[in-house]
Amino acid sequence: MDPMESIKQTYFQECDELLVAMEEGLIAMESGEADDEIINAVFRAVHSIKGGGGAFGFENLVAFAHIFETVLDLIRSGQLAPEPDVVKCLLRAGDLISDHVGAARSGDTSGIDDGDVKEELRGFAGESGDEGGEEDFEGLDFAPMQFAFGEEEAAPKLPSVWHIRFVPHASLYAKANEPYLILRELACLGDISVEADLSRLPALCSLDAEEAYIAWNIELRGEVERPAIEEAFEFAAEDCDLTIEQAEQDLPDLPGLPDPPGLPDLPELGQPEPLPDLQAEPVKAEAPADAPVETRKEAAAPAVKEAAPQTIRVDLDKVDRLVNLAGELVITQAMLAQSVQDAGFGATSRLGNGLLEFEHLLRELQESVMAIRTQPVKSVFQRMPRLVRELAAQTGKQVRLLVEGETTEVDKTVIDRIGEPLTHMIRNAIDHGLESTEDRIANGKPAEGTVKLSAEHRGGRIVIEIADDGAGINRARVREKALEKGLISPTATLADEEIDNLIFMPGFSTASTVSNISGRGVGMDVVRRSIVELGGRIVIVSTPGKGSRFVLTLPLTLAVLEGMVVAVGDQTYVLPLSNVVESMKPSASEIEAYGREWELLNVRNTYVPLISIGKLLGVEGATKGVGQGVAVLIESEGTGRFALLVDAILGQRQVVIKSFENNYRHIEGIAAATILGDGRVALILDVDGLAGLCRDRSGGAMPAELQATGS
Amino acid sequence: MDHLDPNVAESRRQFITFCTNGQEFAADIMTIREIRGWTPTTPLPNAPGYVRGVINLRGVVLPVIDLRARLGHGMTETNAKHVIVVVRVVDSVIGLLVDAVSDIITPEASDIQPTPDLARDADSIFVEGIAVVDEKMVTILSMRHLVDSLREHTTVEAAVA
Repeated sequence: MDPMESIKQTYFQECDELLVAMEEGLIAMESGEADDEIINAVFRAVHSIKGGGGAFGFENLVAFAHIFETVLDLIRSGQLAPEPDVVKCLLRAGDLISDHVGAARSGDTSGIDDGDVKEELRGFAGESGDEGGEEDFEGLDFAPMQFAFGEEEAAPKLPSVWHIRFVPHASLYAKANEPYLILRELACLGDISVEADLSRLPALCSLDAEEAYIAWNIELRGEVERPAIEEAFEFAAEDCDLTIEQAEQDLPDLPGLPDPPGLPDLPELGQPEPLPDLQAEPVKAEAPADAPVETRKEAAAPAVKEAAPQTIRVDLDKVDRLVNLAGELVITQAMLAQSVQDAGFGATSRLGNGLLEFEHLLRELQESVMAIRTQPVKSVFQRMPRLVRELAAQTGKQVRLLVEGETTEVDKTVIDRIGEPLTHMIRNAIDHGLESTEDRIANGKPAEGTVKLSAEHRGGRIVIEIADDGAGINRARVREKALEKGLISPTATLADEEIDNLIFMPGFSTASTVSNISGRGVGMDVVRRSIVELGGRIVIVSTPGKGSRFVLTLPLTLAVLEGMVVAVGDQTYVLPLSNVVESMKPSASEIEAYGREWELLNVRNTYVPLISIGKLLGVEGATKGVGQGVAVLIESEGTGRFALLVDAILGQRQVVIKSFENNYRHIEGIAAATILGDGRVALILDVDGLAGLCRDRSGGAMPAELQATGS
Repeated sequence: MDHLDPNVAESRRQFITFCTNGQEFAADIMTIREIRGWTPTTPLPNAPGYVRGVINLRGVVLPVIDLRARLGHGMTETNAKHVIVVVRVVDSVIGLLVDAVSDIITPEASDIQPTPDLARDADSIFVEGIAVVDEKMVTILSMRHLVDSLREHTTVEAAVA
């Protein structure tokens, strides 16, 4: 790459970060939380963008940033108060400057109309013409300052200190709980120092092996809330005495921090004494007194760093290579474990123990490696405030966006592909979900509508929720519309939930007039498809008059898949667990022939098509007899509900997804492959593809799910 | 020795020869990644008969082609002595099931003849030429054509078969 080009790329990457910082600051100013530090941060961001832009000759960008910066400078120096109308203008200016950066990046610098905002900014700045902005274009001198501010900012953010006393009863051990695991969990929450209280421990001769003698005093430092701590003891709470207390923050101790780590409280240690004494002394005599001092130092140090985490930019390919290698290791370990087991070594042998330890380490390694690929959802969420502002302006509704859990981390691929669907859903929430201001007031709701966007980790998946406090889904209208479009039959009786789900049908749109915000009828079905492509699901919970909630659950990573391992003949296949609803052993009477090609399975009086994988894929040795094998009920976004007939279910496990399309080609009905513990390749089935294959084979449409009581 | 003169070494290609169904074949040594023993494959559904399935090659899912079947002489009855020649062309890696690997040959360019017109048929598109080595005929296969045919025609042929 041309060296200039690569410097430019770095500049744009920095711009992205600076724009985020700016946006955050501006939003804080909007909500009236602006202190000097925040205003300074915004100013620095704009200034740095301007400085770099000047170096590359982006004139429009620099001209706009200059006037923006001037106004910020006035606010910073207290000459201009950040009144709501000023902040509003600043927010628009923030949007424009990000447009300018985007334009400079694409090379198309025409077509940004910043005249109005520029005029308005000039009005605030009290200047009319353009002022020379060349005086401090070597803007990089601000970098060291940024660091200095970071430290100051971090100081009041001192983590809380918790004192926990944990006295397990014998029953805790009887229930196979392990204090070590609990302590390890606590260690994940922050810095801990643990002290075992051995005072109740009797002499060995009078020790009862089944009794619990040891208690622990734990000091935990970190930005931790009580529920998080209680959660760590969730399974043990009944079988122990537990006290959790928040300690007083002793800030006065902090000034000692800048001292070199010379342990000022232990002057005697500095004396040239023999080494054994040095080690023994703090442990024996003064450990309880000194430990807090030491941990405080440790705890405070990361807090300072937190303000400016050190990062490196790494080529994504390198990370992916690492992810792959970690995946290989996991497979190799599984193979090794199997061989060891086959060779007759038990889990308690030294070899078995070593392998177990190895497995734990590997899992940790894999998780850490996966974590490299993850990013906070913030990078997606931060685009939403602007969207909400623009939509609010277009629809004339008053909207407040609440964002929660933006530090939740997800795989980069998910981040890259979740933006569009989220944008769409927020549009829908504001355009369709929220009522007009008049209606809201008439219904006794606050004039300002609320849209809440949140993300959290739950059970190994990420859950993203978009909730509005609008009118909820108008089911009568949805039904009417679906009838009009011929999506449902007039006689169909649908539960509320089913009506809600109609909005995901292709070609469905309830907006009576097509607005340019949403309502082209390509909305929710596209959203659903993109979520499904990511291996996720989407659920609506709507309460008339109270609002709607869209809940997305997505896998944390796309490199591994939670699968159900099934046997068909002499082959092993993997079904994505996200498609599996339930499994059953059907008797012959529950299977009915339907036409020449199809069989239907009676699932609690609903008939669903039953597809034999063995027959469809031509697997040797698969069960053929009616009433043999296991039926796995599948729900897929594309095909609906149907059942797959397999010989047996072997288990459930995480598998590493391996594509072979590069070496071969796409096979209908097969999503990818994976490698099992015995080293053999197993194919991962694509349930929609299987249904399609079956349809093609029979040359006709697949029978839809039928109600036994209906037609 | 040839390698003392770089010009000569460059102009002469090296081939690995292997036999299947009693015939000798050769492939450019630059396309061969490794040679390994036969391991049972996982069959691929709806694939042509000569695609024996896939195996795990250190984490890579490798499709294995039965060369004998590919050339229309029926399936190889496999045993532990059979070998899989791992071939890489551009980004694709495949395995070629053959009876045995024989030799490395370095024929003179003049010893390589184009495929005789009479012998042309649909399946010989991946025959690059014929070399005479020690008065024996060796068919040189184009690995590129073999890999491309696998990636492009498999479903069509599967539908016919």
